[in-house]
Amino acid sequence: MKKLKLVMVGNGMAGVRTLEELLKLAPDLYDITVFGAEPHPNYNRILLSPVLAGEQTFEEIVLNDLNWYAENNIQLMLNRKVVSIDRKKRLVTADDGTTAEYDRLLIATGSNPFILPIPGKDLAGVIGYRDIADTQMMMETAKTHKHAVVIGGGLLGLEAANGLKLRGMEVTVVHLGDWLLERQLDATAGRLLQQSLEDRGLKFLLPKLTAELLDNGEGRVCAVKFKDGDVIPADLVVMAAGIRPNSDLAEQSGIACNRGILVNDTLQTFDPRVYAIGECASHRGIAYGLVAPLFEQAKVCANHLAQLGFARYQGSVTSTKLKVTGIDLFSAGEFMGAEGTETITLSDPIGGVYKKLVIKDDVLVGACLYGDTADGGWYFRQIRENHNVSEIRDHLMFGENAIGDTGHQGQNKAMSMPDDMEVCGCNGVCKGAIVKAIQEHGLFSVDDVKKQTKAASSCGSCAGLVEQILINTVGGAADVKPKSEKAICGCSDLNHGQIRKAIREQHLISIPAAMTFLNWSTPNGCATCRPALNYYLISTWPGEAKDDPQSRFINERAHANIQKDGTYSVVPRMWGGVTNASELRRIADVADKYNVPMVKVTGGQRIDLLGIKKDDLPGVWKDLDMPSGHAYGKSIRTVKTCVGSEFCRFGTQNSTQMGIDLEHALFNMWSPHKVKLAVSGCPRNCAESGIKDVGIIGVDSGWELYIGGNGGIKTEAGEFFVKVKTAEDVMEYSLAFLQLYREEAFYLERTVHYMQRVGMEHIKKGVLENAEQRKALHERLLFSLSFEQDPWKEQLAKPQLKKEFDRIALLELETHA
Amino acid sequence: MNWLDICDLNEINPLGARIIAGPKGDIAIFRTADDQVFALDDRCPHKGGPLSQGLIYGKRVACPLHSWQIELDSGEAVAPDQGCAHRHEAKVENGRVLIALQNVATPAACA
Repeated sequence: MKKLKLVMVGNGMAGVRTLEELLKLAPDLYDITVFGAEPHPNYNRILLSPVLAGEQTFEEIVLNDLNWYAENNIQLMLNRKVVSIDRKKRLVTADDGTTAEYDRLLIATGSNPFILPIPGKDLAGVIGYRDIADTQMMMETAKTHKHAVVIGGGLLGLEAANGLKLRGMEVTVVHLGDWLLERQLDATAGRLLQQSLEDRGLKFLLPKLTAELLDNGEGRVCAVKFKDGDVIPADLVVMAAGIRPNSDLAEQSGIACNRGILVNDTLQTFDPRVYAIGECASHRGIAYGLVAPLFEQAKVCANHLAQLGFARYQGSVTSTKLKVTGIDLFSAGEFMGAEGTETITLSDPIGGVYKKLVIKDDVLVGACLYGDTADGGWYFRQIRENHNVSEIRDHLMFGENAIGDTGHQGQNKAMSMPDDMEVCGCNGVCKGAIVKAIQEHGLFSVDDVKKQTKAASSCGSCAGLVEQILINTVGGAADVKPKSEKAICGCSDLNHGQIRKAIREQHLISIPAAMTFLNWSTPNGCATCRPALNYYLISTWPGEAKDDPQSRFINERAHANIQKDGTYSVVPRMWGGVTNASELRRIADVADKYNVPMVKVTGGQRIDLLGIKKDDLPGVWKDLDMPSGHAYGKSIRTVKTCVGSEFCRFGTQNSTQMGIDLEHALFNMWSPHKVKLAVSGCPRNCAESGIKDVGIIGVDSGWELYIGGNGGIKTEAGEFFVKVKTAEDVMEYSLAFLQLYREEAFYLERTVHYMQRVGMEHIKKGVLENAEQRKALHERLLFSLSFEQDPWKEQLAKPQLKKEFDRIALLELETHA
Repeated sequence: MNWLDICDLNEINPLGARIIAGPKGDIAIFRTADDQVFALDDRCPHKGGPLSQGLIYGKRVACPLHSWQIELDSGEAVAPDQGCAHRHEAKVENGRVLIALQNVATPAACA
């Protein structure tokens, strides 16, 4: 089949990202030709400021080198500016006469700096700040000239000013507005910023209107004259007063434009063969100038160019970050505050900290942080996920309080960490290595960082820190999507919520059926998506979907916990932590018979036999003659109890029996992540109910239920859920909550994270408000559990399952050979 | 090549693996979804994890200890990880799984 012809005009980040996405989806659909006006391959434009500041070199910020174009058979026309599009002939022509025909055209011409229409704007030494040529020109000028004036106190202007100052020039920033960064900051934060930049030696004139640029007599600028008559010397004038979508070419060829090329939600222009993307495009009236939205557009545009036709771009909430080393500044959403909004402000001008949060209808809609931006990513997530924050309003200002509190010396501010400090305690990755990888490989998401450096790829406790480092390094371009919006893995573009929904609505009951229906891009998924799919199937369609052991992690296949040397640990169930002499005797006998190297009491009130060979597992289970403790699964683990009213002089309720009953009821329950319960007999809480997924505390008048507690990576106290009177109520409410969690949570989402995502209100509505609904949830859990049996017994009873545990002897075979 | 008869193909689950007790330690024998078989020493180049216990997809296995991904046909770790598991020749003939042991010194074992 003859390939279609795709021509791209413009060779920048948004356009090339679209090609990358397209090549992933449909590598052979098009012959691709790219026209670039610059003599360079695609580079990371947002890192021009670090280049100017001398922190990086141009070579380091190249994203796609010439080899990339060659490897993908892309015809690259550098140094050629397209001057016309003939839409009838479907032909583009460049300034040197080169032509190219197209079936699909992608316009990605970006933007131009806005040059003030004042006398002297064409003098030598007057430039915009847009590309590597401008940057190089500034670097050259700094060597030979002294006075620089930057017009515009926005992000770009300040970064340019900072860089020129570091290169040794005297820099004055002229700004029309009343304060700096008026699109990113409010007045207070803007003044704090100005103060700290003045401390670094930058000068500011604002509000000030530029009237004219003066000639030194040789065609070069020598001074700036203002409307009020003031004049200051200037050997270099950088115009950073904003950008304008570069839509001239499209306009000349008759494509509808209005401050940008008009595009619909598929990034298509009024000519259906022509797409536009990036800073030149105007989507629902907005031309985005930040990288993160452009990458979202790229994904959607590629989806349509690849003729898949289902993705849709609906606009983006954006965040910004000033890339001036040592200055901490973050803003997102509608931080200015408008009618109908409420603001919470923390202001410490002496300490150099200012934070403002804007709330509308109990939802965080904007944040503006100066001096301490550690929680920027967290606020941004709250804004994007539309969380109801009414319940956390009183401590919202204090952020996520601990980004991760184990494994990195309690450090929770990435900015202040030295480069050689370890961020990821599991894989030994330092901050410097992460920053380097982000810059050199052009990374924009935490997932990219994980893949490239392994940081945050094991326990994940440092993911918040990694996210901060990412935001600090690439600013507003950081793609910090919440899990609810992220694709499940590289095998699909769909997120967990979409997949759960499809499985339920389409009645999908097997992994192959789900992968086919959902257009999986790999033949049998990967180690990330298969376990998730398997859980979604069996939890949504109990009794119908068949469990797939090959899609489970080894622990859930071997029904034991793999150890570093490949041996296993075996934890038999002790209901409610209660045992007896004959169980203990059998455990002791097993320890002797199988030479168990370590016998240890666990935190969940039972006994762990460590160092057992896989071949011995069935024998151990048989000799123990106790049920599986599921100490290895994304499943019910234990119900921890205290001795309660039976023995304890303080006990108010029989917590031990309550725990035993709950553990029996939940036996064999698979769940999105591990589930731990505890029952204490009085508020002294000896069973530690406060840090369990469901924690129950007996009081004289009944039982209090707490949910969403967690004692792991990040200690989380459970939240009070409900108080009930009887043991039957405890059972019904606990099981109903757990079923809701099983049905709605994403795979590997603990109850605390599920709760943070959907909100306590939602859970209360689902479980507490309607008795019928609660009973139905309870019933559904019991129905689901009716198909499960003790996995150890099952393995012993079915010889074909036992095969997994036998090794094939080779020694005698070899003698034959 | 010295081919050794191991077992019936259907004694290994699709997307599953078995362990062969080899003369110099365990060997993992993998079966892919399309019934190809591959044999690697049952030791991850990272920290010696038993690859036979990993999750298999496409032509890769994810080590059960720290999720290193290993290419079944070459034994090579997928970037950014670096390392190589020792490889043996394996094939299916008339429904039987055969392997030919490769000495560590054989250069073909690791690229």
